[in-house]
Amino acid sequence: MENVVLLAVDGSDGSDRALDHAIARAKQGGAKVVVAYVIEWSPYSFNTPEENATRHKRRETEIERANSEIVAPALAKLQGQGLECDGIVRHGHPAETLIEIAKECGAAQILIGRRGHSGLKSLLFGSVAGNLIQTAPVPVVVVP
Amino acid sequence: MKRILFFLFTALSIAGPAHAGIDETINNITAPIASFIGTVVFFKVPIAGANLPLVVLWLVIGAVFFTFYMGFINLRGFKHAIALVRGDYADPNSAGEVSHFQALATAVSGTVGIGNIGGVAVAVTVGGAGATFWLIVAGFLGMSTKFVECTLGVKYRNENPDGSVSGGPMYYLTKGFEERGMVGFGKFMGTFYAIGIFIGALGIGNMFQSNQAYVQLNTVAGGALDGYGWLVGLILAAVVFAVIIGGIKSIARVTEKVVPFMAVFYCVFAIIVILMNFASIPAAIGNIFTGAFTGEGVTGGALGALIIGFQRAVFSNEAGIGSASIAHAAVRTDEPVTEGYVSLLEPFIDTIVICTITALVIGTSQVADPNFAGDATGVAMTSAAFERQIGWFPVPLAFGALLFAFSTMISWSYYGLKGWTYLFGEDQTLQTIYKLIFCAFVALGCVVQLGPILDISDALVFLICVPNILGLYFLAPVVKREMQAYVAKLESGEIKKFKH
Repeated sequence: MENVVLLAVDGSDGSDRALDHAIARAKQGGAKVVVAYVIEWSPYSFNTPEENATRHKRRETEIERANSEIVAPALAKLQGQGLECDGIVRHGHPAETLIEIAKECGAAQILIGRRGHSGLKSLLFGSVAGNLIQTAPVPVVVVP
Repeated sequence: MKRILFFLFTALSIAGPAHAGIDETINNITAPIASFIGTVVFFKVPIAGANLPLVVLWLVIGAVFFTFYMGFINLRGFKHAIALVRGDYADPNSAGEVSHFQALATAVSGTVGIGNIGGVAVAVTVGGAGATFWLIVAGFLGMSTKFVECTLGVKYRNENPDGSVSGGPMYYLTKGFEERGMVGFGKFMGTFYAIGIFIGALGIGNMFQSNQAYVQLNTVAGGALDGYGWLVGLILAAVVFAVIIGGIKSIARVTEKVVPFMAVFYCVFAIIVILMNFASIPAAIGNIFTGAFTGEGVTGGALGALIIGFQRAVFSNEAGIGSASIAHAAVRTDEPVTEGYVSLLEPFIDTIVICTITALVIGTSQVADPNFAGDATGVAMTSAAFERQIGWFPVPLAFGALLFAFSTMISWSYYGLKGWTYLFGEDQTLQTIYKLIFCAFVALGCVVQLGPILDISDALVFLICVPNILGLYFLAPVVKREMQAYVAKLESGEIKKFKH
């Protein structure tokens, strides 16, 4: 297995803390950090014809925004520390897509920040970190 | 919203006593126009005692031809269509684009409308139980027509400078004929179609829908809304206005999400009613088959039943009309033919599944009690069939009918708009004018009686299948080549599954 860690980001405070942890971890073990942001999306949703007709354009805007606002700042911080890094933005089911990306880049570990949702909220909306822990093929580190 | 309510209340207080007059006046004006348009489009040829409208013959011949020419793609392509919709072949790198499922779902919610509930009742009333058989056959053949038109819709779509896409018959007619060196003819056909779909959108996708939604609401309200068609119409028009002009997407989004569940809910309860009529099932199915070939009690006998069955099937699943290809054209794929495969499922879901279920609900009720619905036709007849077994069902059915009508109107407002922008360009002011006309017709639909409305919308929609199918004949070889190349790539493994 390559020395790669996958860092899942979402722009929250928890994900900033996970970034700090990733920097420490990468410096220690000389690992490459792949920064991934998943835009929540399902191929099985129902849209109006107008939404479908403009979808291609909106997808590009979404990816651009995720790159410039969330992934690029994280990459800049990593590069500032002299670390090797890469960024990915993709649409899909968050946990499933993160696992796919982890497999593709041969990550040895997945790092993710905790959102700290209470029981009810995570019961209703699910928790990406919780899902990852249950289904990921590699160890998952949840940064509090 | 407050302003709209205020307006409605003011209108109510002024026009209250005169309401019956308004309904009647509008009806008196539209009925003769409807009957004239109907006579022209449905020019009938008497054959063996039945009157065969040439335009129905045109659709049947088209559907049969495409079924044979594409080598029974409606059977052979079915399994692959399901694999595509499930996303088995979807490249993860294109996640976030319009998926096959989304394109199909959008097209289906434009197709599944009041026709599935009310249109089938009309078919059975006029064409007898046997019409159901021909309705299913028409649905099956229509799958091939859909395959051809939706493949072309994607292949010849326009990518606008703002990144959005516009597709549909007006584009494939124009570009397809242009490729064959018939620029002028292509332009003419495209324009003809665009005019037809923009006017037809006001009928099948608009007036018929709002009319039947009103009828069902009135039935549930025990006739309390008699003469208040204009009021229901105004409210419906106000909601459509809010979505297509006001840009209140949340209403549309909610409808789009509720409609599929309503469809499932409707089918589940329909099956329950059929099962409750258990003892009548064999006789009802027997009637469908004997009626199909003997046409007992139907004007024109078996041929009469066939004509009605085909007419209602097309009215419901729109195969040959080309409208759905406008919705399907939004999909993102390198292989246009994949959307053709997916679109096969549309007449299947719409006609072979949902319409058949409705027909069985009515058929089994008729066997049990021939006079269960009294004089009622359309949605009211279907509602009565449900009510016989489940007393409270007309209320959720009215709600469902309203939603079906609404989602169909939203889809068709888009189809009509695409015809309009093809003709007049993407100018915003002109688009708003079209949308206002559309809203006015929503209100009008609740005021006029069912007969003339059916005549108008049938006529207009069947009219646009003339240029559409003519174009499909010319372009069918293109689709066949695409299909063969695609199948070869599938077999050689060049196109592979991403999911296993």
